[in-house]
Amino acid sequence: MSVARFWRKIPQRYNLLGTRCETCGKHFFPPRSFCPECRRTGRIVDYKFKGTGTIVTYTVIHAASEQFEHLTPYVLAIVQLDEGPRMTAQIVSKADEIKIGMRVKRAFRRIAADGESGVIHYGTKFIPLE
Amino acid sequence: MRDVAIIGVGCTTFGEKWGSSFQDLFVEAGALALEDAQLSGEKIDAMYVGNMSAGRFIEQEHIGALIADYAGLATRHIPSTRVEAACASGGLAFRQAIIAVASGMEDIVVAAGVEKMTDVEPGASTDTLTGAADREWEGFMGATFPGLYAMIATDYMHRYPLTREQLALVAVKNHYNGARNPIAQFQQEITVDTVLKSTMVAEPLRLFDCSPITDGAAAVIVAPLERAREFTDTPIKVLASAQASDTITLHDRRDISTLDATIAARERAFKIARVTHKDIDLVEVHDCFTIAEICAIEDLGFCKKGGAGKFTADGETALGGKIPVNTSGGLKACGHPVGATGIKQVFEVVQQLRGEAGKRQIDGATIGMTHNVGGTGGTVAVHIMGVL
Ligand SMILES: [Zn+2]
Repeated sequence: MSVARFWRKIPQRYNLLGTRCETCGKHFFPPRSFCPECRRTGRIVDYKFKGTGTIVTYTVIHAASEQFEHLTPYVLAIVQLDEGPRMTAQIVSKADEIKIGMRVKRAFRRIAADGESGVIHYGTKFIPLE
Repeated sequence: MRDVAIIGVGCTTFGEKWGSSFQDLFVEAGALALEDAQLSGEKIDAMYVGNMSAGRFIEQEHIGALIADYAGLATRHIPSTRVEAACASGGLAFRQAIIAVASGMEDIVVAAGVEKMTDVEPGASTDTLTGAADREWEGFMGATFPGLYAMIATDYMHRYPLTREQLALVAVKNHYNGARNPIAQFQQEITVDTVLKSTMVAEPLRLFDCSPITDGAAAVIVAPLERAREFTDTPIKVLASAQASDTITLHDRRDISTLDATIAARERAFKIARVTHKDIDLVEVHDCFTIAEICAIEDLGFCKKGGAGKFTADGETALGGKIPVNTSGGLKACGHPVGATGIKQVFEVVQQLRGEAGKRQIDGATIGMTHNVGGTGGTVAVHIMGVL
């Protein structure tokens, strides 16, 4: 991924910055600038997610593409943030400790390294919430 | 709207075809379809070609013109259009050809699909296929394509009674069928043990739960039904063409283990064709992974949600079963050249409806269905075809 393409989404990747519709209270991640429920009556404001959530489903990836090969095996999950939206992210944990329904919180981690450019990408992973 | 018929079909063998280029593959499939329809190239009015990622796989874009040119039709200047919807590219190309004929805009239209996947390293093909998911919010986070389907499997097995062995039986059944299909990439039968002892890819999915990397091409020719007898004694009528979309990310779906786009496309197709699942004699479903076939059988309405594991174990989806699924061997055993798969499914159904499917023939089959999925369910195409 090019530096600009990554950099453009840094507030979202680093800080889980999304949006919220003040009219209906719905949260959006990644951010939307238009509420599909309220349409023209929607009022969208920035919202920083608390960063806590629950594991909906998961897998342990053993065969990855080049950028992620050095991490295998790693846990990938769909996490439902407490405010509602779901996201796909890695879980920093032992594979055999992962369960559906497990509570997790966000952590700032290295996500991948671009082989050719050598650029290291950071972003959000999750860790088990004690 | 005019009724549409299939007047010719052709397909290359599927596999790791080191000796064949992208151009070789589609020229071969196209020639086979023309021969089948006893048609010469200059009768073709338009072409649609399904192709997912020639840009990444062979660094070639502008596929519409390329195909028309290599097919020897450059001087005829026919409209030739590439259609892309990841693994559903072929199904959508078929639908575009049907629409062109049904509308009255064109008469003789070729729908083709082609993918040349083995000219890049396996790691690069894995990454290219990840482009069928959301690059920013799935791929970048570490998702692979098998990984996304593995998360469907984890969710499904948590909620419904599906055993690891039942899941393996999907691959066993598809290899049994593939062993009876001369174009299939894998022609050998396997056992549950073969699946359970294969390399882990993304838990709980192992190598033999996954469709392979494949080179191949397929083509079908459609025409107005009223003209079909000019070309063939065995025209196959297109009873319905339906397409649906959903969120591109798996995590934004209403339900992780249900492809709502499959349900939407199936409902539309049954309504247009005025048939129900009971009228369908065989179905080619999109089994890019074993779990995908489990979900497809249910979402197409052939058994209730959560019941597909037992349904498969009971043999209901096998050649002699209640609803034979993937008589071609499916994506698993026949192979999955992504852009060609949707057209190959039509090729298989047409062979079955003409009674030309040899050792895997479903006796007396009169109506068949195809189900082609893009990504994890962001696009679905469903077609129903029948004998006249
Ligand atoms: Zn709203």
